[in-house]
Order: sequence, then C-alpha cells, then structure tokens
Amino acid sequence: MSFLLFQISFGVYFLATVTYMAFFVSQKGGIRSLARNIFLVAGILHTLHIIMRCIEAGHTPITNQHETVSFFAWSVAWGYLSFRWRYTVKNFGTFVSLLTFILMIISFSSIKEIEPLVPALQSWWLPIHAFIAIIADGFLALGFIGGTMYLLQERELKKKRFGLFYYRLPSLDALDNLNNHCLTIGFPLLTLGIITGSVWAKQAWGNYWQWDPKEVGALITWFLYAALVHQRFTVGWRGRRAAIMTIIAFISVLFTMWGVTNFVGGLHTYGQ
Amino acid sequence: MLEGFIPMGNDTIVLLGVNHKTAPLEVREKFALTAGYIEPLTILKKLECLKECYLLSTCNRVELLFTCDDPLGSRKEVLENLFGSQVTHSELDNFIYHYENEDAVHHLFMVSSSLDSMIVGESQILGQLKEAFRHASELKTSGLVLNKLLHKSFTVAKRVRTETKIGASAVSISYAAVELARKIFGKLSDKKVLLVGAGEMAELAAEHLVGQGVEEVVVANRTLENAVKLAQRFNGRAVALEEMEEQLTLVDIIVSSTGASGLILTKEQVKPVMRRRRNRPLFFIDIAVPRDLDQGINELDNVFLYDIDDLKNVVERNKAERDLEAVKAERIVGEEAIKFCKWLDKMEVTPTIVELRQVTDGICRGEMEKTLSRLDGLSEEQLKSIERMAQAISAKLLHHPMQYLKNEQVSHETKTRINTVRTMFGLNNRGNG
Repeated sequence: MSFLLFQISFGVYFLATVTYMAFFVSQKGGIRSLARNIFLVAGILHTLHIIMRCIEAGHTPITNQHETVSFFAWSVAWGYLSFRWRYTVKNFGTFVSLLTFILMIISFSSIKEIEPLVPALQSWWLPIHAFIAIIADGFLALGFIGGTMYLLQERELKKKRFGLFYYRLPSLDALDNLNNHCLTIGFPLLTLGIITGSVWAKQAWGNYWQWDPKEVGALITWFLYAALVHQRFTVGWRGRRAAIMTIIAFISVLFTMWGVTNFVGGLHTYGQ
Repeated sequence: MLEGFIPMGNDTIVLLGVNHKTAPLEVREKFALTAGYIEPLTILKKLECLKECYLLSTCNRVELLFTCDDPLGSRKEVLENLFGSQVTHSELDNFIYHYENEDAVHHLFMVSSSLDSMIVGESQILGQLKEAFRHASELKTSGLVLNKLLHKSFTVAKRVRTETKIGASAVSISYAAVELARKIFGKLSDKKVLLVGAGEMAELAAEHLVGQGVEEVVVANRTLENAVKLAQRFNGRAVALEEMEEQLTLVDIIVSSTGASGLILTKEQVKPVMRRRRNRPLFFIDIAVPRDLDQGINELDNVFLYDIDDLKNVVERNKAERDLEAVKAERIVGEEAIKFCKWLDKMEVTPTIVELRQVTDGICRGEMEKTLSRLDGLSEEQLKSIERMAQAISAKLLHHPMQYLKNEQVSHETKTRINTVRTMFGLNNRGNG
C-alpha cells in the first residue's frame, strides 16, 4: 500500500516537473498555476505515503537510503510549499521540482525493504532528531537552489549576454533574499538537529560526542554555515560570495548524508 | 446628427487620420486639436450627415472615426468643418489616410494595441484612446456601433498585451537601463540615483528612473549651478563633483555622462567603497563618450557597469524580439477585426427585426382593441389570456422570417435577405413612422 502511494507520488512529481519545464520555456501563466497545483498534489500524496510507511514499519521511515532520500525530497517539497504562501520567487518552482524529482529517482532505485529497527535506534529521539535534521536539510537545499539561480543570473548580467535565464529568473536582490531566508530557517534547525543528536548519543552510547564520521561531517557542515551566517551579519557578505558559500556548504550536507554512509561507515550506518 | 437613431444596414464606418508615418511634424501640427476634444466634438455633433463620431488627438496622430450613409460626402464636410481654415486641399489629399468598414476596424485595433505607434509596444496610447472615448461618450457623440467598437479595441489591446511579449522589452537606452536596474535591485522605490554630469542623456535616464519611483536623485556636476538646476527638476540635491566618491556609499545607481576626456572613476576607487557599503550592490551606467568609468569596475563583486554600447546591444536584441512578437500581435488584431465585422453583419439585420416586431405588435394591439370593444363581461383573467394568445400567434408567425434573417448559413447575402423580408412585410413603404 505505502509503496503504491510512493509510485503514484513519484509519477505526479514527474508530471509536475515536466509541466514546470514547459512553463519555464513558454512562460505562460496558465501552465504555471497548473504546475503549482500538480506539485501540491504530489506533496500531499507523498505525505500520505510517509504516514503509511510509518504505520507499516512501526517506526519513523528514515532508517535506510530509500526512506531517507524520500523523506529529504518531501522536506524540500514542503519547505518550498511552506513559504510559497508568503512570497513568490519567479521560476523557483521549476528548479525545486527538478531537485525533488531527482531525489525521488535516487530513492526509487534504492532497496525498499522494511527492516526491523536496530535496538540502538529504538528511542523517542529517533523521530525528533531525524525530523529536525531532515527539515533543516530541506531548507538548506532550497538555499542551494537559490544560490545556483543567483550565480546563473549574475553570470548573464556580468557577461552582458542575455540567454535563457535573464528574462526568466527574478532579480538578484530577490535571489539573495531567498538565500538569506533559507539560511535563517535552515541554520537554527541544523544546530538543533546536532544538539538533539548529541543528547540522544549520550543516552544510547553514553557519550555526547563520539567523533563518529557522521558527527564530524555534521560538524564541518555546521561550521561552514556558521561562517556564512557570521560573514553575512558582520561584513554584509552577500550576492556571489554568499551564493558560492551556500553551494559548498550544501555539498557538505550531501556528503554527510550519503558520502559517510556509503564510503566511510561508522556508528550511524545502519541500513543500506 | 440624428438623436436616438436605429443603425441602418447601409451605414459605413469611416476612419480618417494623419500619423507619424504619413505626415511630417509640420503637417501634424496643423491638424492637431490643441484646444481639447469638446470643441471639435461639438462641431461634429452638429453635422447632419454623421450618425456617430469620435476623435483622437495625440502628439503622433489625429484620427476621426464616424459612421454615416455617404462616406465621401461626409468626409468632405467633416474635414471642411474641422480643418477648413488651417489646412489646404492638397495637404488633405496627400497626408490623410482613409479606411472604411473592416479596414477601419483593423486600423483602430492596430492603434489601440500599440502596433501603429512610433515606439511599438508602448502602453501610453491605450490611455489616450480611453480618454478620447470618455469625451465622446460624455458628449454622446458615440452610439451603439462606436461604443461597441471602442470597447472592443480596449479588449483587443489587452489581449495583445497578455498573449504576446510586445510590451515587455525595452527599446530605448534609458528604458533598457531601468530594466537592468530592476534585474539587479528588484524594486527601485528605496533606491537613490546619482547623476554625474548634467547633460541631456542623464536627464532622460533620470526621468525614467524617477518614473519608476526611485527615492532620491543627487546631481554632481563640475559647475554647481547646473547641478542645482537639474536637481530642482527632480526635487533632489546637488553636490560638487569632488564629493562623488563620498556619495558612492549613499546611492545605488550612478548615471555618468560628463564631457571629461579621461576616466573619472577607477576600480581602485570603487573597491573600498564596497566595504563601507557592506556589499550592497552598485549599478553604474556610463553613457558618456568617451567613457567616464573604468571597465575594471564591472569585475568587482556586487558591482555592475554598463556603458552606452552595452545598452545599445540590449536595445537591439529587444527590437529583434519585439518584431517577432509583432507578427503574433497582428494576427490577433486581424482575428478580432473579422470577429467584429461578423457582429456588424448581425447588427445590419437588427433594425429590420425591430421594425418587424413593431409592425406585428401594432397589428395585434389594433385588432385586440377592435375585438375587445365588442365583447362584454370578460374577467381580468380572460382578457389576459386573449392578449397572450395574440402575442403567441404573432411570435410564432415571425419565428421563421427571424431565423431566415439571422441565419448566416443561407447562401444569400445579408443584404438580399434583409430586402426579401422587408418587401414581404411591406416595411419599405411604411413611411418614416
């Protein structure tokens, strides 16, 4: 049942991405509102899938790659939907739907078996820690998209050659604000994610900090974002430099998420 | 003009005018209705030959639109009354364009959607058209046909604007600069502009930026007197040229147009400014020849420099794109003109339908009165049902003739169909009452 919902939401995400692409090329308002609605439907179906999976597995579905990446895609989608009510960033949806869909492909191609929960994970801290961390990653991913859009737009403005993006992307100011907005939500959540993780570690392993590869990765990521926040507040870093920093820090997020599990191993590696 | 008339089948819509394409400025000046619309419209209203009329006068065109029985006669009378004293006959013949019916409709739609404008795609013309129409409808010189036609021209303009990108691209240097500023800053309402040099080009660019709502204009010039003069125009302030570097921390957009032979600002001078600005973006527009600003400035983070050639390139590209859009827009105009003419065709039969109803209603009422005066002791109810019966008979009898009139599929032309019905019901020899 939950897998069927996954497949349906996968299909609807695909449809939303294609529609957003069509809007990106044609810039017709009618197609945009269609794409928005399809994306919203996909987001709702995806939510149902996660709830179903949670019921079927009996624990928060975040213990293997299929579940984690799908959850990540979900938080990107809802992060976007959550502040779309407040303000719109021209053509942001196209990029967001594309990233969400790519994440869904990765999730689709991973092993989807439900595995019994390892004793170490059987705790109330699992949903709390995992949920906060994944929401943080969702907003940081949106910041990454904003940074990429900023660099694309800035490149065309500096080179004075206006191609695909100049007319379609919003102003640099809007993109920089987007970056700032995602950072002010994502960074505190990331901090909270690390804190809840370390409290849990104290309970599960007896120590707040193990220097486990995942913990090191999270710490590096935290320092990168902290540096960006610091520079923004003190010397007014913005624009290009802030965008590049957001992208580098997000690569660190991805490494912490996958790289550690797949290439390094450590205490955090449970399922595949 | 006849009051309260019913449009007749053989009315012609006529459009006369001069514009920037057909006539040089000296000629257009003679045609221009400088005294406003009320006086000329009152003159036209007095002319017996016109049924409805409307006129438009802008700096690029003067156009008259009217409906009448006899296009050529009316044209002569109208022109004589409006322009008789200022314009010679040869000027009238050489410069005035004359469109009728479908061509007139098409031309009006071209004008309203700004395809006939000097700067294609500019949006001002629609406002001018609405203003002109307001006068015509207040003075009641426009009637059923022109009201519908002008309202249609507004919706066509709107359709062109939403379905094509004709109004989207900037086709003048100063407009291009504004567009770029928007791509950098988003909204301009909290931004400040520094004009370096008080030349004409700077003034034009500033005008556009002020039109977009920039917060403040600062003018720096070698001679302070000129700076003060220009600053006053925009309610801004004037500073000495030596203060320019200091001003860079306060303003966001710099338009430079001095006559200096060398650079007035280098990359090394701008670099420390960015630190003091906490990296808030700066947009330099260099419209001076030779250039005022160091090209290296563009390499700094959050700083953008466009010189006159860069802006010209933007304009050229936009023009090419706009021409493509114009093709699409003209197709829309053509489509709408055809639709409107179909409506006109239907309009042609309306007076016949109205008359037909009047005639049969008259007969019904007459016969009822005759009959009822001979019948006594009928209740209200019974009277009403007799009345209803008479109406139903006449409506049923008229059903097929009406269908025949309205039906476009019948192979006869509208005029023939109208004539057939009019002859059959004797509408043509009914006199004028």
